[in-house]
Amino acid sequence: MQTGQKDQSELYQKRIPIFTRSVKGRFRRFKTSVLVLAYAMYFLLPWLPWQRLDAPAQAVLFDLPGRRFLIFGLTVYPQDVIWLALLLFIAAILLFFVTGLVGRAFCGYFCFQTLWTDFFIWIEHLVQGERPARMRLHRQPWNSEKLVKVGGTHALWMLASFWTGLTFVAYFTYAPQLVLDFFSGQAAPAAYITTGVLTLSTYVAAGLMREQICTYVCPYGRFQSVMYEPETLAVHYDARRGEAAHGRAPARAGQRTLAERHEKGLGDCVDCGLCVQVCPVGIDIREGLQYKCISCGLCIDACNNVMDSFSFPRGLIRYDSEKNLASPVPAAPKVQWRSLKTIGYGLALVLMATYLAYSVATRGSFERAVNQIRQPLYVVLSNGDIRNRYQIRITNKAAHDQTYVISARGIPADAIDLGNFREITIKSGHSGLVQASVRLPPTVAAQTQHFELVITPQGKPEETRAESVRFDVPGKRP
Amino acid sequence: MSEQKPQTVPTTGHVWDGDLQEYNNPLPVWWVYTFYATVIFALVYWTIYPSWPIGKGWIGGVSKITYVNSEGEAKTHSWNTRALLLADLNKAAIAQKPYFDKVEAMSYEQIAKDPEMSGFILSAGKSLFADNCAPCHQAGGQGMVGFFPNLTDDDWQYGGSYEKVHETLMGGRRGYMPAFSEVLNGEQIDQLANYVASLSGGDHDSAKAAAGNTLFHGEAAGCYVCHGGDAKGRQELGAPNLTDNIWLWANVPAAGSAEGKIAAIRGVIASGLNKGVMPAWSARLTPEQIKVLTVYVHELGGGQ
Repeated sequence: MQTGQKDQSELYQKRIPIFTRSVKGRFRRFKTSVLVLAYAMYFLLPWLPWQRLDAPAQAVLFDLPGRRFLIFGLTVYPQDVIWLALLLFIAAILLFFVTGLVGRAFCGYFCFQTLWTDFFIWIEHLVQGERPARMRLHRQPWNSEKLVKVGGTHALWMLASFWTGLTFVAYFTYAPQLVLDFFSGQAAPAAYITTGVLTLSTYVAAGLMREQICTYVCPYGRFQSVMYEPETLAVHYDARRGEAAHGRAPARAGQRTLAERHEKGLGDCVDCGLCVQVCPVGIDIREGLQYKCISCGLCIDACNNVMDSFSFPRGLIRYDSEKNLASPVPAAPKVQWRSLKTIGYGLALVLMATYLAYSVATRGSFERAVNQIRQPLYVVLSNGDIRNRYQIRITNKAAHDQTYVISARGIPADAIDLGNFREITIKSGHSGLVQASVRLPPTVAAQTQHFELVITPQGKPEETRAESVRFDVPGKRP
Repeated sequence: MSEQKPQTVPTTGHVWDGDLQEYNNPLPVWWVYTFYATVIFALVYWTIYPSWPIGKGWIGGVSKITYVNSEGEAKTHSWNTRALLLADLNKAAIAQKPYFDKVEAMSYEQIAKDPEMSGFILSAGKSLFADNCAPCHQAGGQGMVGFFPNLTDDDWQYGGSYEKVHETLMGGRRGYMPAFSEVLNGEQIDQLANYVASLSGGDHDSAKAAAGNTLFHGEAAGCYVCHGGDAKGRQELGAPNLTDNIWLWANVPAAGSAEGKIAAIRGVIASGLNKGVMPAWSARLTPEQIKVLTVYVHELGGGQ
């Protein structure tokens, strides 16, 4: 028997609009400061000047055509891709480490989806007012007021999204020039496409989809839960205190004070519903830990404010561990770091961060690639001598022009011919190519299997690098 | 997944033969809209790119490509991959132009001393060499004994100065040696071959070589006219030096026995050579390209 389309399980869940109430408190303050700091960094960094010899004066510039990333005084070349690998590894381990200790702290405070959604809700609040006003506006039929307010909100969202996209592009080219070119229609097509895609995706993700991104799109949300331990701190509702024997109840006459409530067997929760109203993902934390919870702590702020107004003790909703909540005599919640997993992650984090710092600090000022020319491997000259040729490529990674001295070790000094480039001066960020010819009499050649080509930056003997190369002769097979 | 219960599906409402009905199961909405989107995509595509044939031509589409052809005329075509390639080549030529302009303005010695230009010669020269020279001289310029000279050794047939290499490239070369079987008998040729082998220290019969020496410098064979009294060749004629270890025509290095080596030399003397032909490049390459190749080839063998 066939079944109708309607009755098959739906793969699409229509979004139920969430109107969050604004709240004041410790966690709100923390979130706001993270937001301001992150936005200041993201939006202002491309505009920070930084004097350079051969590149635009921009502190952070990902110069893709030039195949280099300029980050303040550091220039990163494609050869340094290991740093990116290390950075990604550190980021992943940091996420595991933090999640094991304090749950989804990344989701709640630092994730760009959370930050941008927070900012967009702030815009919505600015234009349309507090939660009840927004709900009323949502319900009322379309009129000029609704048109202006909703339209204005969306216009401001678009503007914020656009500037987000344009700022991203500004990291890849000289920012002041980009803005000029962008509005005069002269920027690269890639700039328009990238800005367009990011504008649209920011608008959709932070304006329209919001918590759906966390619930349905984001993989981290799902696998972060796997990293939870019973000792992990997370935002919890103390059900034992809140519900007591006969459940939560509003603070009506006769059940206003703690003494009255405890006498009646009522819990401390006055069922005001504020924890639900402030929640950006639209859940009720009193139903227990849920996969949708991004651990933003706003319900803690909301509940603490209510508890304060009734002069009840704070912390009905608080950061606590599952284990502590379940124990007969709960202790004060604290971070439990004494586990093999946490210490292991911490150790890996320290090791990798140290290695990255070491690798960046001791980076060489030049790259070299030495190759024997293989077509032909050797040439027999008119007097019977044997010649091998080598190609030496030196890339100057230093911020200034540099002269390099090339010499050979393990063969007679007059055997090597470097043309005009026994010394070669290479501009900063450029490469130089030198051909070396090595000519040995047959008797010496027969005894020479390897020798070394030595590259020394002039005035920096400590940075000397030697490359061992083969010397091939006729009739000898490797 | 929710549990699927038996359902009654609505029918289309038609009834045939009294009881034959048709279930109404429409296509999924997403599928239908994807289909509409492909229709719109096709319409957009037809207007941008060449699409429908009309008579002997076709609808070109609004997307155009402009390029400069080899005659220097600007051509505008509707979008196609060939025009795209030509436009890309134009772009590459414009990007290379400053370097070729520098090549033109600088002397050979200046180019060889400038690190940046030397690097350009090594990469541009390599691709020019691969496109034009490698079919004969091989990818690395190592040539092939008996056919094409080795450019990486230090023996220069017609001279290894920049000017001589340039002259060779511009005008080409034609190597010629008469067939001596017409004027000498087999024994004399054998004697000459032994003498030539002795010049570079190869195994030989000294008696025959002494006779060959007389022949070489005598009027009957007259070898010295081209190869010189000292047998060191004459670069103005392209006559090779016979006293060094480098073999151009007689494949002596490949011959296994002393007898084989002599036989190889004998073969060249008897039948002569009329195949040492290098074409002229002055009409095929631009002057700057030839200059790049001059410096590149000069560098291959270490120059002179």
